[in-house]
Amino acid sequence: MSSPVFVGVPRRMLQVSIDGHDVQVMEGMTILDACGRLGIDTPTLCNLETLTPVNVCRVCVVEVEGSRVLVPACSRKVEPGMKIQTDSERVRHSRRLVLELLGSSVDMSLCAPEVHGWMSRYGAQPQRFGPGAATVAQPVKVDNDLYVRDYSRCILCYKCVEACGVDAQNTFAIGVAGRGFEAHISTEFTVGLPESACVYCGNCIGVCPTGALMFKSEHDMRQADTWDENKQHVTETVCPYCGVGCMLELHVQDNSIVKVTSPLDHSVTSGHLCVKGRFGFQFVQRRGSG
Amino acid sequence: MDIRTTGGPPTAAEIAAVDAVLGPPESLWEGGTRVAADDHLARGGRAVRSKRDLLLPVLHGLQDEVGWISRGGLEYACRRLNVPPAEAYGVASFYDRFALDEQPGLSVAVCDDVACKCAGADDLCRELEARFGPAGSAREGAVWHRSPCLGLCDRAPAARVERTGPSGHHAEGRLAPASTDGVIALLGGGVWPVEGEAYSPPALRATSPRGGEEIKLLRRVGHVDPQSIDAYRAAGGFAALRRALELGPEAVIRELTDAKLLGRGGAAFLTGRKWDAVARAPVRPHHLVCNADESEPGTFKDRVLMEGDPFAIIEAMTIAAVATGCERGYLYVRTEYPLARHRIENAVRLAREHGYLGDDVAGSGLRFDIEVRRGAGAYICGEETALFNSIEGKRGEPRNKPPFPVQAGLFGKPTLVNNVETLVNVLDIVSEGGAAFAATGTPDSTGTRLFCLSGHVQRAGVYEVLMGTTLRALIDMAGGLREGRSLRAVLLGGAAGSFVTEAQLDVPLSFEGTRAIGATLGSGAVMVLDDSADLEGILLRIARFFRHESCGQCVPCRVGTKRQEEILNRLLVDRQTSNRDGDVALLADIAQAMRDASICGLGQTAASAIQSAVIQLKVLNV
Ligand SMILES: Cc1cc2nc3c(=O)[nH]c(=O)nc-3n(C[C@H](O)[C@H](O)[C@H](O)COP(=O)(O)O)c2cc1C
Ligand code: SF4
Ligand code: SF4
Ligand code: SF4
Ligand code: FES
Ligand code: FES
Repeated sequence: MSSPVFVGVPRRMLQVSIDGHDVQVMEGMTILDACGRLGIDTPTLCNLETLTPVNVCRVCVVEVEGSRVLVPACSRKVEPGMKIQTDSERVRHSRRLVLELLGSSVDMSLCAPEVHGWMSRYGAQPQRFGPGAATVAQPVKVDNDLYVRDYSRCILCYKCVEACGVDAQNTFAIGVAGRGFEAHISTEFTVGLPESACVYCGNCIGVCPTGALMFKSEHDMRQADTWDENKQHVTETVCPYCGVGCMLELHVQDNSIVKVTSPLDHSVTSGHLCVKGRFGFQFVQRRGSG
Repeated sequence: MDIRTTGGPPTAAEIAAVDAVLGPPESLWEGGTRVAADDHLARGGRAVRSKRDLLLPVLHGLQDEVGWISRGGLEYACRRLNVPPAEAYGVASFYDRFALDEQPGLSVAVCDDVACKCAGADDLCRELEARFGPAGSAREGAVWHRSPCLGLCDRAPAARVERTGPSGHHAEGRLAPASTDGVIALLGGGVWPVEGEAYSPPALRATSPRGGEEIKLLRRVGHVDPQSIDAYRAAGGFAALRRALELGPEAVIRELTDAKLLGRGGAAFLTGRKWDAVARAPVRPHHLVCNADESEPGTFKDRVLMEGDPFAIIEAMTIAAVATGCERGYLYVRTEYPLARHRIENAVRLAREHGYLGDDVAGSGLRFDIEVRRGAGAYICGEETALFNSIEGKRGEPRNKPPFPVQAGLFGKPTLVNNVETLVNVLDIVSEGGAAFAATGTPDSTGTRLFCLSGHVQRAGVYEVLMGTTLRALIDMAGGLREGRSLRAVLLGGAAGSFVTEAQLDVPLSFEGTRAIGATLGSGAVMVLDDSADLEGILLRIARFFRHESCGQCVPCRVGTKRQEEILNRLLVDRQTSNRDGDVALLADIAQAMRDASICGLGQTAASAIQSAVIQLKVLNV
């Protein structure tokens, strides 16, 4: 006998309680989604809507009644009757410690302003581990003309690996290597990008939340102290190279394109591009050279 | 996906090592010679991708025969398996066993973990340092390293030796107890330790004392030839399997449920419930995994079972497979246990030859077979989901739960994973009935338990006692402390466990009994420390252990274990006293976040022994 064929299971609404408020949410949603419904801001570092959750940073943890340990809001699905605390002493403690542990080992200065907001919300003081605390500081890797890798800024959120792998690019030029505090993002035997499988799609740059991966143009301008986001504007356009129709956001400063992104929620790209759309903009600004 | 390899050609030895595992390549695509069809079609695809789980066996082949994993060797393996080099590098660099730079052909790993420390391992290491330079520095074709617990704590101090080279030359052995002269002679090219005889029955009996009156799990160990299936059968072997086939899956699971058997691997989950969940899982196929990774410091009971009674494990796995509908079983054994691995492999081969494994298990028409997989030096791979990833050829990073293994485990399929000792219990439960089993031990912790006694006791070894026996009685059974010594503490449950004091010695050794005093039975490790123990050194070793073994995936554990070690070093080695109270508070803060927010049990317990030493033993008080 053959088994019945399901044509899409109807989604149920579930009732859960978050910080004492009852809320109706759709089955299959994560706790993070449910918190969003109530307007509760949840810190996240390794989560991105276009990537498979890896739940490794643990900054999003919440307390669920009946669970011995805290659970990651970004990946745990809601269950009927779940009682969730997002601001208990335990939750605040772990969120604070995660931010402190990261802040004490990684240069987080280029993280988005909201990250710094969470730092102050949870009272994170990374310096309290003392001046001798080991860090991941290391020289910037500049081995090609398109983008640089500054792993002193890497929080090991796995996003670049996912974007380079099955979640977008399927190139697998980079992976996580080593173990424990020595774990790091690397090509095979740490070879330079030109020797690796990298095709310079820049999708890893697109998802990196810390500035560890950066356009060479941006890196050079920051070195020269000419990078100034206040002087930049964004021009939206469609990539001229092929017929796919990827939307481009050209970041322009002083009438030069300084980097290219694509919106995460764009139906064609989900934020991902190829090397032409991402880096093939030099011809636009070769004024008078021929 | 294109495999881009730019590292130059592999050597003949590397090709031979990889091909020995995978067979010769069939086409240019896999790194072979050009055949006519290569120009016209792309080979590989799913058939090659499905071999991804052979990555670790291939890396072992390279390590065994070449002594390290070069870029050319790794990339050849990648072409053969269609694995991207960056990913394979990530895997190889995860495991302690795989060297990514050239290594001398002879290596000695000296255990400097808790039990070996109690037996003078630090002196041994000091002498080696003086003679051969610091650990890790190669000299005259040989190198020595420090190692976490080798599971030989009953014969501390222990060392493991390995000689790499083309097949036939590769060999592994151990020195236990290791003398300074012995290690020095070996590093200088001396006699290879002969292992075989050391495991003749009387020797095994001598190193594995028996315990109380209730000897069940150990009854064949040291009495029945572990290499002979006839001897096993003559001792009643395979009767439980026949009984299980008569009873049928549901009745077997009922007996197990009635027995109230709790898992012996550390998490103490009801075995019957787990079997039932797998048996009922609608998704097929189901997989079976026997967890023989045993890497918790101070634990060696599974080794004694595998070395001394391997057929029992094969029989129990077969019963589990029959009851839960598995056709494939894996036994994942830590690489530091070569003798156990060989004994198990031999038992699997003989069982297959005698029709207990294969397409028609004991004439039942059911199909089941076992593959032995070798760990590669990573404590975390004892965690069940990390173990699945390791078998699948990936980094041993634990997965987030849910989903649980019974829903989605090995290769994403419903998986039954049990510890070696848990499985061996199944034989008597099936033969004698669950109710009879449940009548022994305590109401909530039924049956007997294997305890691994080590450290400052007169007769270290594995002891089998009824659940509920007191810690005091157990230590007495092992001959108590040495003359003139007093007890400092007992580390119960290994590095992931906690310290118990003299005042708590009457704790009944049961899951509920230890829980009542805030301790845990864990893996059954009982490390006894007398007043001569270097407690501070032991705490530093435990902190180093967790920092080294953290998989590095989640922030609380990756950075927390690092900070925990730094702060302890500050307090205990540098003797910084300026902010002592602040540092003690900081340790407690890190401990709470690791316990609450880590992904897996490693991070969740990485501070437990240290915190218990701070609270119970007041080590950081001035
Ligand atoms: C860090 C860590 C290491 C572990 N190591 C082992 C091990 O070496 N052997 C084992 O049987 N279980 C180990 N476990 C427990 C397993 O995850 C799992 O619970 C067990 O294999 C289940 O078998 P059981 O129900 O028979 O105990 C470990 C757990 C953690 C968190
Ligand atoms: S640029 Fe593209 S191919 Fe290169 S590492 Fe980043 S994601 Fe991978
Ligand atoms: S480089 Fe960026 S995206 Fe990649 S792991 Fe580090 S922080 Fe995350
Ligand atoms: S707790 Fe530690 S070992 Fe476990 S997943 Fe996190 S980093 Fe890895
Ligand atoms: S955002 Fe949830 S674990 Fe990182
Ligand atoms: S073998 Fe050395 S502590 Fe276990």
